[in-house]
Amino acid sequence: MLNSLGREIPEFIEGIGKLEPFQGALTKLRKGWMDEPTIPAPNKAYLPHQSKVCKTLEEAIIRCNPHNGMTVSFHHHLRNGDILLVQTLTILHNMGIRDITLASSSLNECHDPILPLLKDGTVTKIFSSGIRSELGRAIALGVLDTPVVIHSHGGRVRSIHTGKIQIDLAIIPASAADCEGNATGSTGKSAFGSIGYAVIDARYAKQVIVVTDNLVNYPCIPLSISQNFIDHVVVVDSIGDASKIATGTTRITKSPMDLRIAKLAADVIEHSGFFVPGFAFQVGAGGASLAVAKFIREKMKAKGLKGSFMLGGITSYCVDMLNDGLFETIFDVQSFDAVVSNSLLNNRHHIEIPAALYANPFNCGCITNKIDVVVLGALEIDVDFNVNVITGSEGYVRGASGGHSDTASGAKLTVVVCPSFRGRIPIIKKRVHTIVTPGETVHVLVTERGICVNPMFKELEENLRRAGLNLKDIRDLEIEVDTITGVPGPLDYTDKIVGIVEYRDGTIIDVIHQLKEKK
Amino acid sequence: MTTNFKKRRSMLYIPGNNPAMIQQGGIYGADSILLDLEDAVALNQKDAARTLVRNMMKVIDFYDTEVCVRVNHLSTPFGLADLEEIVPLQPSAIRYPKTESPEEVAELLKIIEKIEDRHGLPHNKMTLHAMIETAMGVQNVFNIASMFSRVDAITIGGQDLTADMNIIYTPDGAGIDFARKRIVMAAKASHIDVIDTVFPDVNDEEGLRRETEYAKKIGFTGKAVINPRQIDVIHEVFTPTEEEIRKAYRIVKEFRTNSAAGIGVFAIDGKMVDAPVVARAEYILRLANVTVG
Repeated sequence: MLNSLGREIPEFIEGIGKLEPFQGALTKLRKGWMDEPTIPAPNKAYLPHQSKVCKTLEEAIIRCNPHNGMTVSFHHHLRNGDILLVQTLTILHNMGIRDITLASSSLNECHDPILPLLKDGTVTKIFSSGIRSELGRAIALGVLDTPVVIHSHGGRVRSIHTGKIQIDLAIIPASAADCEGNATGSTGKSAFGSIGYAVIDARYAKQVIVVTDNLVNYPCIPLSISQNFIDHVVVVDSIGDASKIATGTTRITKSPMDLRIAKLAADVIEHSGFFVPGFAFQVGAGGASLAVAKFIREKMKAKGLKGSFMLGGITSYCVDMLNDGLFETIFDVQSFDAVVSNSLLNNRHHIEIPAALYANPFNCGCITNKIDVVVLGALEIDVDFNVNVITGSEGYVRGASGGHSDTASGAKLTVVVCPSFRGRIPIIKKRVHTIVTPGETVHVLVTERGICVNPMFKELEENLRRAGLNLKDIRDLEIEVDTITGVPGPLDYTDKIVGIVEYRDGTIIDVIHQLKEKK
Repeated sequence: MTTNFKKRRSMLYIPGNNPAMIQQGGIYGADSILLDLEDAVALNQKDAARTLVRNMMKVIDFYDTEVCVRVNHLSTPFGLADLEEIVPLQPSAIRYPKTESPEEVAELLKIIEKIEDRHGLPHNKMTLHAMIETAMGVQNVFNIASMFSRVDAITIGGQDLTADMNIIYTPDGAGIDFARKRIVMAAKASHIDVIDTVFPDVNDEEGLRRETEYAKKIGFTGKAVINPRQIDVIHEVFTPTEEEIRKAYRIVKEFRTNSAAGIGVFAIDGKMVDAPVVARAEYILRLANVTVG
């Protein structure tokens, strides 16, 4: 069957179940409720003064009744410094456990060592918002029989509520925790800031293990994760490589190209009609996206304009803007550097939020619904403004859906920033390889070679034209770029589906086909 | 001098052997770019750079950015070959390095015009930028600037000039200050553009701003750029302020009204306005892209 973007979606996939095709960004939300029933969270009981502390991770796992076919979840707040996902799966593998569903909120390069466990049947199914590196390559080439499910950050919460992801064991690394499992990411030698993605796992997993390298006296403050959901506590020497978890401050790029794009994007925002007192703002953590914040900061100061809140993945740059008095509040679901942890701990206007509050579409209003302006990146964008942030030009899985479609859906102005080509590969396509974010939620594309406004948004186009910005038809820009780079040949796929991309409402926006390996 | 007004607040240097940078030449908003076949290119890359620049000039859209090419000096084995390849493409201007005398310029123009004749090209389209980088060039700059209608800009090369003077370049520019002012005066005497040397520290934004403000104050019309990150600061300095634009607008508007009534000299707010003041006001409005309706 075809979804509303013309992508062929199978009705049923073995190991996944029945699929519902994407029918529009807000179609399902307009009902006012979610059709799928919500499963209850597990009931548990503990005796007074019963100890939760285990000597080793292996002991804690044994207490959790590991079994074939179990689902094990992780958060990705340790970014590329995480060591516990690999350790846990290795322990399960050594116990002879097979057919595991891995439900990590995202996967990074540091998780490449689990590739042999995908090949030998230890891990047979994956839910994640992002997959990269060797894992992404292997998945694109068909290492798993069952397709991986790519979800958004908000969509993951929905999937756990509905039981699409039923977590048997949640491993929650924390940079500080007490003997009852109260835990946080905002203090300790391995501090990583907000632990927002793990809150839903703690609430819904049948068994929850908090793992820390910093056992503190009871109670651990703040209670980012609270003891009433935690079954076991393990103290280890290290939860990860601190240098890769969070360091120093995030620096604004020095790349002239990224700065040029960012400056244009800031001009777009300034003249969009949404750069007004009290506006809510979200930017990414790297490259041109973060650099937009630099120019917006200058424009806000010049105009004496004060915003409402910043949201999302938070960098030290966002904290600087809060401290400058440019915004009232930061809502922090994920922190990107060490400075952010201090702010989260000490500034009551810097608020840690769970993923459900951040972006779950099925509740009484997630915060992404309140965004005025969001700046997002893209691996590819097509002439209908559909965005791919999951598969690369060579067909490998090499990115993350993350909060891309969540924030685009909520914002009044979604600005996608990217170069018009990378290396020799055009980024603007007639048709992206994989749709993650639908074009109807993308208002404007900013590249170094011009600004393209989605023709659905006439008033925005008029505002920008009146400001004298260099607007181009995206179809003309696509041709212009193809003239420079040439048109890449098509990729060679098989009929096998190796990944499905869920939209945040649970419908399927696209599928990823198996890439034929080059001889 | 040519009568066509060209904004040359910034002139971005791009090494002629770097295809990635060349194809991005038009995107940074520089008023002009300089595709460099001379100092930015190693000796063993000269032929490749020349071919690359030639081919990329044919296919890359540089949008509204003025495109100039710095060729090698005719005393090198590469200068003539550069001209043979580049002149037929008629960039906006050829920049000639280490210009020391009007005789040199005359010889250069003779060769350029021969090439243009062979290709049926006019002699009045492409202009010449004379780059002053030696003490002898500074000495002769008035004649270099004034004797040739195709020379529409003079530039100063600070690094080579300090080397020629056997002094060390200092951030205060003391060693080349006399040269700067003499070159500016020569350009002003011929009513042509004069472009300041590069500011080498790309991470020192304040230093760049200070030096650019100084260059503007003593009369330069623009400044060379070695990194696109420097463009915005230079444009900020050389772009007239809102107050300057308002004042210039008023001068030009009243000048036209008075001219129509046959009045040549008049006063605004008690200050005399005559032809030079009007000319300055018109220049400011052109820089600001403002037309008087």
